[in-house]
Amino acid sequence: MEFIKTASVYAIPAMFVIILLAGIMNNVKVYDAFIDGAKDGITTVVKIIPSLVGLLVAIGVFRASGALDLLVFALNPVTSFLGIPSQVLPLALLRPISGSASLALVSDIMKEYGPDSLIGRMASTMMGSTETIFYTITVYFGAVGIKNIRYTLAAALLADLASVIASVWICTFIFG
Amino acid sequence: MLNYIWMAMLIIGFVVGIMNGRIADVTQAAIDSAKNAVDISIGLLGVMCLWTGLMKIAEKAGLVEHISKFVRPVMKVLFPGIPADHPAIGAIVMNLVANFLGQGNAATPLGIKAITELQKLNKDKETATNAMSMFLVLNTSAIQLIPATIIALRSAQGSSNPSEITGTIWFASICATITGVIFAKMFSAGYREERYREEIKIKKKKF
Repeated sequence: MEFIKTASVYAIPAMFVIILLAGIMNNVKVYDAFIDGAKDGITTVVKIIPSLVGLLVAIGVFRASGALDLLVFALNPVTSFLGIPSQVLPLALLRPISGSASLALVSDIMKEYGPDSLIGRMASTMMGSTETIFYTITVYFGAVGIKNIRYTLAAALLADLASVIASVWICTFIFG
Repeated sequence: MLNYIWMAMLIIGFVVGIMNGRIADVTQAAIDSAKNAVDISIGLLGVMCLWTGLMKIAEKAGLVEHISKFVRPVMKVLFPGIPADHPAIGAIVMNLVANFLGQGNAATPLGIKAITELQKLNKDKETATNAMSMFLVLNTSAIQLIPATIIALRSAQGSSNPSEITGTIWFASICATITGVIFAKMFSAGYREERYREEIKIKKKKF
């Protein structure tokens, strides 16, 4: 499993080099392209700010009132059965439903427990390993007018469940 | 949906806060969170710009097309009903590769093109085909080469090694994809297109 850690370390420099080389070989003005793309980055982050404010405030209120502790306590039987720590269970449940809410929740978890704690790493892994299922299904099927989605949601949610369990397991295995 | 979640969190939060006698803390938390949100966003700016800039180079260098060529053979297994040179396959591959390279804004229009092409092959326009379901499952369990947003977020939160979770994310994503594909295949086998269409025909005949 050292491979996974090593891969993480080399992945980013490798990407840099490969992309730069690909750019140069294809006669791309790499610096200009970079600036162009970076501008998109700014607009993306600025677009996130309002929803991040709204959701972090809601989560902050929810947590400070003690309501989150109650929820976590109530969910304990489920979590101990599945082996998922109760602090990340709200995230596991919210991830398929809303991307922005999940992002805010991960931020909150990392602030509460630290980004390098086991919980913080688990939350990061869960956040990055799947997509917002309901949104994706709505957009794609909605675009062509499909009303009967058959087993799509079931299969996607099962995949999501697998990623949650896998996230918990791999983080515990490597960082625990 | 988000309306209900947000509303519920705030109302429940304030009510529970009052019941717990913590209302002053709750109000302070609201203000601190709003400030924290902007602090995080500012922290995000630099790293996000770095990635989106890099990805623009990748896009202009045509990396999506190059990688797509390698992925095509796998498509025959995942989408048995579709001829290999049908435009749907091309669009599906490009969408998945674009997601893989973290180019979300390029991926979505490609995805819509993919599903539009798949719809052309669809006999029952309001029902999803096995290929469509497989495509959606692959999309939602998407493996990203570099999970830029999470790394940026961890860096903004002061992580000492923001990108260490790249490997764990790969692992969890791969587990998700394998699970999704297996279940999609399983569910589709018990529900083959022709049989389903026969059932629809029989139901329509009864009327």
